[in-house]
Amino acid sequence: MTQRIPIVEKILSANDRLAIENRARFDAAGVFTLNVMASPGAGKTSLIEKTVSALKGSLRIGMINGDIATSLDADRAAAAGAAAVQINTGGDCHLDAVMLQAALPQLDLARLDLIIVENVGNLVCPAEFQLGTHKSVLVASIPEGDDKPYKYPGMYRGVDAVVINKIDLLPYVPFRREFFKNGIEVLNPGVTQFELSCRTGEGLPAWLAWLVAQVSSTRQNSVSGHLAS
Amino acid sequence: MHELAVTESILEIALRHASQQNARRITDLFIVMGAWSSTVDDSVQFYWEMISEGTLAQGAQLHFRRIPTRLECKSCGHSYQPDGRQLQCPNCQSLQVKVKTGEEFYLEAIEVETEPGDAKTNLQKSSQSL
Repeated sequence: MTQRIPIVEKILSANDRLAIENRARFDAAGVFTLNVMASPGAGKTSLIEKTVSALKGSLRIGMINGDIATSLDADRAAAAGAAAVQINTGGDCHLDAVMLQAALPQLDLARLDLIIVENVGNLVCPAEFQLGTHKSVLVASIPEGDDKPYKYPGMYRGVDAVVINKIDLLPYVPFRREFFKNGIEVLNPGVTQFELSCRTGEGLPAWLAWLVAQVSSTRQNSVSGHLAS
Repeated sequence: MHELAVTESILEIALRHASQQNARRITDLFIVMGAWSSTVDDSVQFYWEMISEGTLAQGAQLHFRRIPTRLECKSCGHSYQPDGRQLQCPNCQSLQVKVKTGEEFYLEAIEVETEPGDAKTNLQKSSQSL
């Protein structure tokens, strides 16, 4: 006898459930977590390096780096002053909630204010896998071209902020700013945006101020949560 | 490139629902994918044959329903399919646009063979196969 069973269950729901568990651990520890995604070479590691150097005096920062191989990026973050953990995905093109969960015991969550997760350089797959971080940010860069929102709508739709890096190259590279921005506006209306250059430092203060505000609001929520319970 | 994880997830969901229904075998799976869900069905099919082997779902047929992206302008109500060169409304150029379809990504249904009779026996069979 054949029978049809209606299901309607999101594919990757198991990953989503683990992401919720990860979030609960971050909230219990009162640590703000950020998922940084971008194509290879957009400047994820440079942004993280600059961020760690600027904030390490006031915040305790952990960094989890996902890469297919090598620990070059984690080493750069560690040199800048973060407690860095490397996840080698062994060929996988993205981090998922399971890999992140496995890396967490290597960090003392309760003694950190901010954890930056650097995803694998890729504009497709990481967008599909929730990690449980509080916010996600996409690093775009001028030399990649202005058509990226049109080609990778899934990535642009899911993020809480877009950093546009390498703006110092605008005079040298053809880049239709309005075309690029229009694409973002359709896909993710009103999303927070930062235009900056990790090389010159231009525009970095606004990004840092946003991040620090996110960290303090997570800490306050955690404190009021503890008081209420 | 993330299709292995996707395929594993499809198998996990299908096996869980099949064993709840004491199914003997899964014969068909109906998968819905929006055009913006960025998954390649050929790759899912490829992994499916490898990972379903030895389970209740071995030999099951995968059916993909692709849903095109459809946007609707919040200003003039125009409904359209983006052409890849432009996302904003082609009618009034508004940027205030709603995504109506294209982001679906779920297992809609499965078809299973069940044996009438002792539910407990069927359940044991299913869990052995898992």
